[in-house]
Amino acid sequence: MSIRFNVNNEERTLDVDPDTPLLWVLRDELRLTGTKFGCGVAQCGACTVHVNGMPRRACVTPVSSLEGANVTTIEGLEGPQADAVREAWAEYDTPQCGYCQSGQIMSAASLLARNPNPSDEDIDKALAGNICRCATYVRIRKAVKAAGEKLGG
Amino acid sequence: MTIIDAPAPSRRAFLTGAGSLVIAVALPVKSRGQSGEERIFGSGESSPVKYAPNAFVRISPDNTVTILIKHIEFGQGPFTGLATLVADEMDADWSQIRAEHAPANAELYGNIMFGGMQGTGGSTAMAASFDVMRKAGAAAKAMLIAAAAEEWGVPAGEITVSKGVISHAGSGNSGSFGDFAEAAAAQEAPAEPTLKTPDQWIYIGKDVPKLDTGAKSTGAAQFTLDIYREGMLTAVIAHPVKFGASVASFDDKAAREIAGVVDVKKISSGVAIYARNTFAALKARKALEVEWDESGAETRSTNDITQERLDATKNRGAIAGEKGAVDDSSFANTENAIEAEYVFPYLVHAPMEPLDAVVERKEDGGVEVWMGSQIPSMDLGVLSETLGLDPSQITLNTVLAGGSFGRRAQSDAHFAREAAEVFMAAGGETPVKLMWTREDDIQGGYYRPLIVHRMRGAVNDAGDITAWEHVIAGQSFVANTPFEGMLQGGVDATMVEGASVIPYDLPNFNTSVHIINNPVTTLWWRSVGHTHTGYAVETFIDELLEKAGKDPVEGRLALMTDPKHQRLANVLERVSAMAGGVTAPEGRARGVAAVESFRSFVAEIAEVSMENGVPRVHKVWCAVDCGIPVNPEIIKAQMEGGIGYGLSAILFNELTLNDGGAVMQSNFHDYRSLRISEMPDVEVEIIASNAPPTGVGEPGTPPIGPAVANAVRRLSGATPRILPMIKSLQA
Repeated sequence: MSIRFNVNNEERTLDVDPDTPLLWVLRDELRLTGTKFGCGVAQCGACTVHVNGMPRRACVTPVSSLEGANVTTIEGLEGPQADAVREAWAEYDTPQCGYCQSGQIMSAASLLARNPNPSDEDIDKALAGNICRCATYVRIRKAVKAAGEKLGG
Repeated sequence: MTIIDAPAPSRRAFLTGAGSLVIAVALPVKSRGQSGEERIFGSGESSPVKYAPNAFVRISPDNTVTILIKHIEFGQGPFTGLATLVADEMDADWSQIRAEHAPANAELYGNIMFGGMQGTGGSTAMAASFDVMRKAGAAAKAMLIAAAAEEWGVPAGEITVSKGVISHAGSGNSGSFGDFAEAAAAQEAPAEPTLKTPDQWIYIGKDVPKLDTGAKSTGAAQFTLDIYREGMLTAVIAHPVKFGASVASFDDKAAREIAGVVDVKKISSGVAIYARNTFAALKARKALEVEWDESGAETRSTNDITQERLDATKNRGAIAGEKGAVDDSSFANTENAIEAEYVFPYLVHAPMEPLDAVVERKEDGGVEVWMGSQIPSMDLGVLSETLGLDPSQITLNTVLAGGSFGRRAQSDAHFAREAAEVFMAAGGETPVKLMWTREDDIQGGYYRPLIVHRMRGAVNDAGDITAWEHVIAGQSFVANTPFEGMLQGGVDATMVEGASVIPYDLPNFNTSVHIINNPVTTLWWRSVGHTHTGYAVETFIDELLEKAGKDPVEGRLALMTDPKHQRLANVLERVSAMAGGVTAPEGRARGVAAVESFRSFVAEIAEVSMENGVPRVHKVWCAVDCGIPVNPEIIKAQMEGGIGYGLSAILFNELTLNDGGAVMQSNFHDYRSLRISEMPDVEVEIIASNAPPTGVGEPGTPPIGPAVANAVRRLSGATPRILPMIKSLQA
């Protein structure tokens, strides 16, 4: 089956098994490897991307559901929220192993786009779907707040 | 200590290419132990390796300085930490510093605390590298200066180096490291480079931006799973769900019909499916039908295994530590005695990136492997055996790994073996990526062992603890591995560390252990024995002190009479000062614990309330003494992470087997991880120290469990002694 959608502002037409999760299309077909596999069942958030601007778990999103959609991955994440998050991530040296961080940043940028002045509770709620086994959570919380401040929230 | 210019020409070419400088340093091996390994490697005299040459610094004409890191980076910080040591001695500018993994070569990159074996573990990276890396940096700087002196025709002693710029004030000459990379490579390495005194340090003890943060914030950081080779197949394996089971037969008809599936092969650990893409491989695994031979399998439940071990603890085991006299009469006055049974379940490490490897045939007939190799010496040995190649024909690349927590430190190199078998079973010519899914990870064994403890303690009317008996039972994962030396006289050092010696001076003390093995595979898990001994010792002393009417902090301090426990006493005092004591606001309670592990000293106070029968940890204060704090922010981050990792386990985690022996959990929905909403605020202070640096990857973990448990006891009246806590509290 042929499917057409946009990935990081580039139109892509792919001929793949329609059941294929977006995660494996991004990685195996498009070599966008910043989006990670962690669980395959939407429990860990390592595969978080944006679909039409909203966070989505790529591991349980069949590519057939994305006809005409706009997908943004960590490689294509840009704009004021992305800049502020990455700057804050550097300020707090947030990542440890780094494997979950693409997903954390995708969720954080999405939160800040909706709410530039999040409380700890807002942050906990928005990022509770993103597991970090290194437990960088203390720094994630501080960095998201700092990013919000940079955005003038 | 001798320093020689060691690399052979081929090695130099491999490491650098033309125009680069490699500094090689050879150091006498002085083996020290972590997590019991000193028993096998002993002191320097008995070490199998007398000299372990190391090559660490590469300066390129483009003025970047790349530090070769002999320890795997999976979040604990060796890229930045070890590079800090070199950059400081070189007087490099931090912006020119890069880091990459050193190749597998124990001769150059052996761990002096692992008897020369190349590997990471026991929180040894900094301790084992502090002198070596600084000497490498100092030697590199001396060679750059010598090259500049020759070029400018001025005395080397008049040349200064600052922030990566080499200058001679008298002649007005200056140049970059890159300008002199080639000329410096031709210089002789100094036999005894002069190291800076601590007051001259520019990066050590201060914070530098971590070298890997940028790439880990853009998706650019490359992990093993991200490696794609031309024509590569992706393989997944159908593994048995019972330990000790093997493949009896399989039907792959339906699996082979799935588009993209290329092959199905039996290997020793299961049935491998090869496909052109990951989804096809996963789909085919579901369609595969396998009959398992369970004749040699563990078919008991974890309840049965637990009971067997608890029964064993009713008798004393092999003695691990003793003082004075302890027998039943010591606890005869039951009014003044406490007896406790503790159950510590199997725990999965569950690093974010499940195990994976890429294997490819090289043009010269050798094989190249990419994986998060934590003990390259072990992995290389097993790859060599399985591939039928000499180690020199194998290129083993260590890749950034998405966590480990012990999972990648495989004493049997089982994953390297599986990857090599998968590659060979497919013909040994096509590149193959082997990936485990989360289900493979959760159900694949190599767990923190299921361990039980029985403790008895007695307090007299004066409030003194008069007797302490501690019996531990569980399985040993060092038997039949190169680490077997940790097992002596029936005592596995990794099972009793933290219990065979405790910081409290008690007149009568006895700790013993029963080793009862079974087919469930086990392994070290972040802080190893201290995961359970720290919990048992620190909750039990807290209860005895309460019975004795003593304050938990003052009571502990009064028992830390031996000067060797002074640093632990210091962190305990510090954490108490940070938190303002152990009195909590209404509705909450505080608990304290202090544990020495891996030669670092950590005390924590947790403030806890109960919400729907589950402890909620609001705040943790943590004081750490790890010697000279090379990278303070990394130390703090490791304490924060170690606390979160430990909290996840003690609150929620257990891996159980049902009646029949099948693993009952499969993914993060039923083996849940701590989430950000459950993470307490953490405040860390580091004790100023001039002592040699020690590790921080593990030591943050042991105190959090008992600190929370001691708080829970004050709230609920009982110590949760069956872990995870949700099991005790909701039972």
